[in-house]
Amino acid sequence: MLGSGLIKGLAVTAKNLAGSFHDPARFVTTEYPEVKTKLPENYRNFPFLVSENADDPMGTLRCVACQICEKECPPQCIYIEKSKDKKPDAAGKMQLYPAVFDIDISVCMSCQICVEVCPFDAIKMDQVFEIATPDRFQPLLLDRNQLAKPNSYFHEVHPTEAAEVDARLTAERKAAEEKAKAAAAAKAAAPAKPAGAAPAPAAPPSTTPTKPAQAPDPGSRRGDEGSAEPSKPPPPAA
Amino acid sequence: MIASDPLSPLPGAHVHAVHDEFHGDLLEVSMGPHHPSTHGVFRMMVTLDGETVVKLKPVFGYLHRNHEKLGENTTYLGSMPYTDRLDYLCSMTNNWAYALAVEKLAGQAVPERAEYVRVILAELTRLLNHTCLAGFLLQDCGASGTPLMYAFREREKILDLFESLSGSRMMCNYQRFGGCRVDPPPAWLEAASRLVDGYNAFLDEYEALLTGNEILMARTQGVGRLSAALAVSAGITGPMLRAAGVAYDIRKVDAYGIYPRFDFRVPLGDHGDTYDRYMIRVLEMRESIKILQRALHELPAGPIMDPKAKLRGFRPKPGEAYGRIEGPKGEIGFYLISDGGPNPYRYRVRAPSFVNLTILEDLCRGHTVADAVIILGSIDIVLGEVDR
Repeated sequence: MLGSGLIKGLAVTAKNLAGSFHDPARFVTTEYPEVKTKLPENYRNFPFLVSENADDPMGTLRCVACQICEKECPPQCIYIEKSKDKKPDAAGKMQLYPAVFDIDISVCMSCQICVEVCPFDAIKMDQVFEIATPDRFQPLLLDRNQLAKPNSYFHEVHPTEAAEVDARLTAERKAAEEKAKAAAAAKAAAPAKPAGAAPAPAAPPSTTPTKPAQAPDPGSRRGDEGSAEPSKPPPPAA
Repeated sequence: MIASDPLSPLPGAHVHAVHDEFHGDLLEVSMGPHHPSTHGVFRMMVTLDGETVVKLKPVFGYLHRNHEKLGENTTYLGSMPYTDRLDYLCSMTNNWAYALAVEKLAGQAVPERAEYVRVILAELTRLLNHTCLAGFLLQDCGASGTPLMYAFREREKILDLFESLSGSRMMCNYQRFGGCRVDPPPAWLEAASRLVDGYNAFLDEYEALLTGNEILMARTQGVGRLSAALAVSAGITGPMLRAAGVAYDIRKVDAYGIYPRFDFRVPLGDHGDTYDRYMIRVLEMRESIKILQRALHELPAGPIMDPKAKLRGFRPKPGEAYGRIEGPKGEIGFYLISDGGPNPYRYRVRAPSFVNLTILEDLCRGHTVADAVIILGSIDIVLGEVDR
């Protein structure tokens, strides 16, 4: 019968209309500014810099200004200037730090490649998306003070990833400390007992876990842990 | 005889009459570039005899952004997020085609779990794309709102899955050379299974709304017929080609990835008209659901990335490779030439929307302006891919 297809279709719309009042599966919209949907944990939009200590964000940035993210960033939205001096990082090793670290988030395309290539877990993706401004340029050019966020914030937005990163970093630092201790013991023991046996138990060489599916980085500190300066106590962070 | 060339666009003139000695005046109308029916910034210079299309000249390039040149100036990895922005409805399949080309170039193996995840995501993308297409097609027919909103309601569920896995709804940037970026957690797989199991019910509902609808049939049957001979000679691929009755599906022909393990049919059309193109997509979605159910059921454990895969400092040996897959719109392929450097020497995209659009004039000639809009909708173009 001509028109039966139409009537069938109208029955579908009627069912949907009625269903939208009582069936939660058919009532799919939320009133956005008042009601906010929960973002998935993996959600990403713009990068931020992880700092170890919330009280001293600039002194405890994990970033060592290696500029890998700057080179790899597809739209080239990161600008870094290395510092002239060095500061100790969380493991006590003297490292450069970014004197300037700017991200133009009007250029950033949220691809997360900076996060993937960073060998120091220093740059991570944020979840703040309500960043509309009336000005096109200055408010969207974030400097290092605006980008720095504490590790606790990272735990808030990406709990699984943050826990994994923390476990890895703790293991690395422990290994580095043991190695440094062993090296110091060897140094102390060497002049006292020049003809002695093996001066100190060697630090476990392969306890440092590496990132899965990532090539060893020439710029990574993992390659040259031995060159740390263990004898000096780390000066207090500026 | 036409006194002046009706296709020479006059700058600034939207409508101007062309004198024709025998048939009265022909009218040249510029449809687009800013018009909702053109699915983006696309312009059709149509020459009309009354309401009938006599000539049609597609004008595109408004969204050109140097995609291929950018690909030659960024690293292999850096091009991956740009491929999301080609066909922005189907970033997962774009990623896969590009990853496949680079993997061929570098001889990179992919673990089995990653292959399964790729199939799952590609078929979800097919569901998403075809659902959207049906909605947009009905919007073009003048069914404002309802079918499109139903389609978007389902699309949103798939986008939620993509977001929770890759971090972004549309710009997923998920595939990597030698695997995938994130391992889907069990909760995600459960959610995907739930969605896939419920999708047939949605398709039943959608088909009850549309397939037997007399208005849709009257508007689309016999409109924009594409013969198999023209489709093959013009290089049309995807649902367009299969609607014309040519059995050509790269999932079957190339058997890339792990598709030979799945048992699915390739639906074919009889008439090659707009209604067939709609039906082919619905039938393909039904087949995709079968593939998805099996892939989700069989998904093996294991690594998601090949341990030998390199992320940074990736320099494939000199050579060339062409990677292609059956995207939702047709054959999406990437052609790469490496000179051993960190960037490709040549980076070329074979965009299905672009090739499928070339026959627009042949399909529209003799039909009315309103039909031209539907025919364009049934070709399924995304201007991000056409203009690149």
